[in-house]
Amino acid sequence: MTSELLVFLVLSLVAIASALGMLFSRNAIYSALFLVLNFVTVAVFYLTLGAPFIAMSQITVYAGAIMVLFLFVIMLLGAERMTAPNALPWQRPLAFLLAITLTVESVYLILTRAKPDTVIAAPDAATNSMESLREMAMTLFDKFLLPFEVTSILLLAAMVGAIVLAKKERAGSKS
Amino acid sequence: MDWTIWLEWVIKGLVLCLVLLVGFAYLTLYERRALARIQVRVGPNRAGYQGLLQPIADAVKLIFKEEFTPSRVYKVAFLLAPVLTVVPSLVLAAVIPLGTSFNLFGREITLYVANLNVGVLYLTSIASIAVYGIVLAGWSSNNKYAMLGGVRATAQMISYELSLGLCFATAVVLGDSMNLNEIVNAQRDIWFAVIQPVGAVIFLIVTLAEVNRAPFDMPEAEQELTAGYHSEYSGMKFALFFMAEYQKMIVISMIAATLFFGGYREIWFLKDTFLAVDSVWTIGSWQFKAWFLGPVYLLIKVIVLLFGMIWIRATWPRIRYDRLMSFGWKVLLPLSFATAFITATGILLAQEFDDQLYLYAIPALSIVSALVAVVFIYRDLRRKSHGRI
Repeated sequence: MTSELLVFLVLSLVAIASALGMLFSRNAIYSALFLVLNFVTVAVFYLTLGAPFIAMSQITVYAGAIMVLFLFVIMLLGAERMTAPNALPWQRPLAFLLAITLTVESVYLILTRAKPDTVIAAPDAATNSMESLREMAMTLFDKFLLPFEVTSILLLAAMVGAIVLAKKERAGSKS
Repeated sequence: MDWTIWLEWVIKGLVLCLVLLVGFAYLTLYERRALARIQVRVGPNRAGYQGLLQPIADAVKLIFKEEFTPSRVYKVAFLLAPVLTVVPSLVLAAVIPLGTSFNLFGREITLYVANLNVGVLYLTSIASIAVYGIVLAGWSSNNKYAMLGGVRATAQMISYELSLGLCFATAVVLGDSMNLNEIVNAQRDIWFAVIQPVGAVIFLIVTLAEVNRAPFDMPEAEQELTAGYHSEYSGMKFALFFMAEYQKMIVISMIAATLFFGGYREIWFLKDTFLAVDSVWTIGSWQFKAWFLGPVYLLIKVIVLLFGMIWIRATWPRIRYDRLMSFGWKVLLPLSFATAFITATGILLAQEFDDQLYLYAIPALSIVSALVAVVFIYRDLRRKSHGRI
């Protein structure tokens, strides 16, 4: 148990450090790289929880696809240099206020609602086997078919929208 | 968990890394000799017997070359990029089964580093991570050519990753598992390349683009971009990019062999003879399992696939960039969708009606769809060469 705790502590340190690094680095590319590191740490968290499928999807989708596109756009636009801070002077006090509210709320909820005697069961061997993957697919395509299809339609709409926006105006041009 | 398991993992990992490193060194020699033969030259044959010491000479040269870091680069990313390129190419090999297992000191040693139940997903995730090194190299060099090379590499790898994922899905559906060991064992009766030849061919084409090999080596097109994303790199840092490319070639050939060409298994019609990997050999009173055939078969398959890559490099001109993109999006992607769909439907129907006839329909229908694609490309090219543009 102690080794798991050790892994957890080290991972959380890396996760928090990379999140802070992403927030505070003044170069958009380095920010994006810190975010990638953060995603990978979260994937390792999933692995320690015994969910390799979700871990690998996390890496493929977030670190592999989305962040690469982010980097691509940042590089293509040459927007890696951040503009000067304090573009909006009222932003900083507001952010502090909101952050303090969130902290107070969550501490209050943790102190009052979290029950220390409930034990989170360790995932059994079935979660790690192919069977669970099959069960997951079955649940996804059987019980949650409608939300799944709605999500795909949403993504399709977003894709069509992006293509419409990116398409050149044809009117008047002949070649 | 006792410490011998850790020892076993460490030793296996080290051996795999060493194999890939030596493989990289000798792949360069193999490529140069084979290219030379195809171009009616001799190739490097002076260092050692038939040039066998040439890789060592090259390595010594690269190690002692001056390592130059231009002053206006983004230092951290510039140093990080070669490392980020090499690591995925080594890590990818961890889940590939190299053979069955053998007994040593009373314990069963399996010939793979990790037996992941989501092995195929692991491959896709690491392959998608592999882009970062090239992107960072292009950006951090602070050089327009390098930058363009990096941008090209990204666009190309993202575009071809979709078809790659669909080919993976085809193999997963055929093998009924995401575990690479089980996929290999499912090919005991027949290779997936026979059931789904189009999927295998698409996979081979797409992997060429993924490792930036000719004819898809636009990111480093010399006449346009000097050397592309590694223009500013020299010495060992350049050698790391070089190493990553060749290791990726080896690993990707291993993956192709595993998914479509039976992995470490024998050819399917040898399955019950003494040449099968799970046969037991008897010499006199001495009985042993023929586990060592597994790595040998895999090595032979990898060498053949690598020769295919070298052959393509020697004979095909580089494809134009817009054609590369439209080939990936308009031909390969729909075609791989079609093959994945045909495969899944065929297997489902065969299970549902318990009729093997549907399984035979899979290769037939996918070859028909590939022919349709070829006809479309041909007509398109004819129209372009006869019409305006």
